[in-house]
Amino acid sequence: MNRSKILLVGATLAAGITTPAALADQERFAMTHPTWNEECGSCHVAYPPQLLPAASWEALLGDLGNHFGSDASLDPATAAELLAYARMHASARTAAGEPTLRITRTRWFLHEHDEIGPATWQRPAIGSPANCAACHRGADSGDYSERRIKIPR
Amino acid sequence: MARQHRTGASRGRTARIGAVSAVIGLVLAAATATAAAAGADLLPPLESAARATDPGFAGFSAARGQSFFDATHGGKWSCSSCHTRNPLQAGRHAATGRPIKPLAPAANPQRLSDPAKVDKWFRRNCRDVLERECSPAEKGDVITYLLSLQ
Ligand code: HEC
Ligand code: HEC
Ligand code: HEC
Repeated sequence: MNRSKILLVGATLAAGITTPAALADQERFAMTHPTWNEECGSCHVAYPPQLLPAASWEALLGDLGNHFGSDASLDPATAAELLAYARMHASARTAAGEPTLRITRTRWFLHEHDEIGPATWQRPAIGSPANCAACHRGADSGDYSERRIKIPR
Repeated sequence: MARQHRTGASRGRTARIGAVSAVIGLVLAAATATAAAAGADLLPPLESAARATDPGFAGFSAARGQSFFDATHGGKWSCSSCHTRNPLQAGRHAATGRPIKPLAPAANPQRLSDPAKVDKWFRRNCRDVLERECSPAEKGDVITYLLSLQ
């Protein structure tokens, strides 16, 4: 995958076109909403809204009192503000059926991480695939580029 | 600080140590003053609320706050599962692994300085640990405990 990506970037540059936004967007996300970063970044890294479709964010932000076994409840005004932001940047990829609540269960995620074995996910320093920042050292600023990946032992 | 101390030992030792302890004293005094100003403001309203429900209420207790903090209350988590048994140190979210800055104001002056934030986290964390909200007496004990840590 890495090599094909380099080839693709190379080909694009050679053709004199700038890197397509879609490609760049896969690894670097602008985390520009202070309320999102603060409210959704205290228990885990604030996830980029680009990684789930709008229906998923609606389901998640509509039930923060029962959030993966934790109470993440917010006042209604803040929840509405965050939902508007998430909808604006949500992924256009949609799947049929119930909306996925986990980024880590999306086909996209499983594909990007297919080289990581079950034992790695369970290392104490990682604990959960949702702990993006354990490996992506730039996750707090939305930087998931390869350069900033370091898998803890 | 460590280096200063070493140079001090090779020259006028007593004077140096005196100066260093004076500086430490000042820093501690300043830290205590900020912490007290922040968290202590939260106590009077909790005290009135505690007295309203229990006329025999005899004041908050750091020791009670500490046992409350370290107990699991029948569930799988205690407060210390995420904030450690020494809230002067950084903790780690028990489910996600996310680092959490120290909870004691002496180690982290921003703690207990924003009443809305304190309310929000008591509401959430008490539901996660006790499956109910904490009473004013329990909150007051925990805050008293956190303020007592130096
Ligand atoms: C009180 C703590 C807390 C807060 C605040 C919180 N979350 Fe979570 N969140 C969790 C926990 C616990 C999990 C489950 C983590 C795991 O399984 O490793 C989780 C998981 C998630 C997941 C799924 C991760 C995956 O596996 O792909 C998403 C998406 C998510 N949270 C979004 C949000 C958003 C958006 C906000 C802000 C509105 C938020 N969270 C605020 C505790 C919290
Ligand atoms: C165990 C370590 C680990 C964890 C935890 C992890 N990742 Fe990754 N991630 C990787 C590795 C390794 C790659 C593959 C890099 C490659 O081969 O290009 C990757 C790739 C990615 C990419 C593509 C980057 C690119 O260069 O195109 C994104 C985006 C990404 N991860 C997001 C996330 C998100 C979001 C989370 C948390 C929900 C997460 N990752 C959790 C290790 C991890
Ligand atoms: C599952 C993990 C978890 C548990 C259990 C937990 N907390 Fe927290 N707590 C957090 C997180 C995450 C924050 C916000 C982190 C931050 O602001 O850096 C927080 C914040 C707080 C704050 C806000 C302090 C401030 O002024 O910034 C207080 C007070 C607090 N917790 C008290 C408690 C008490 C009391 C308990 C036990 C009833 C408890 N916590 C149990 C994770 C937890």
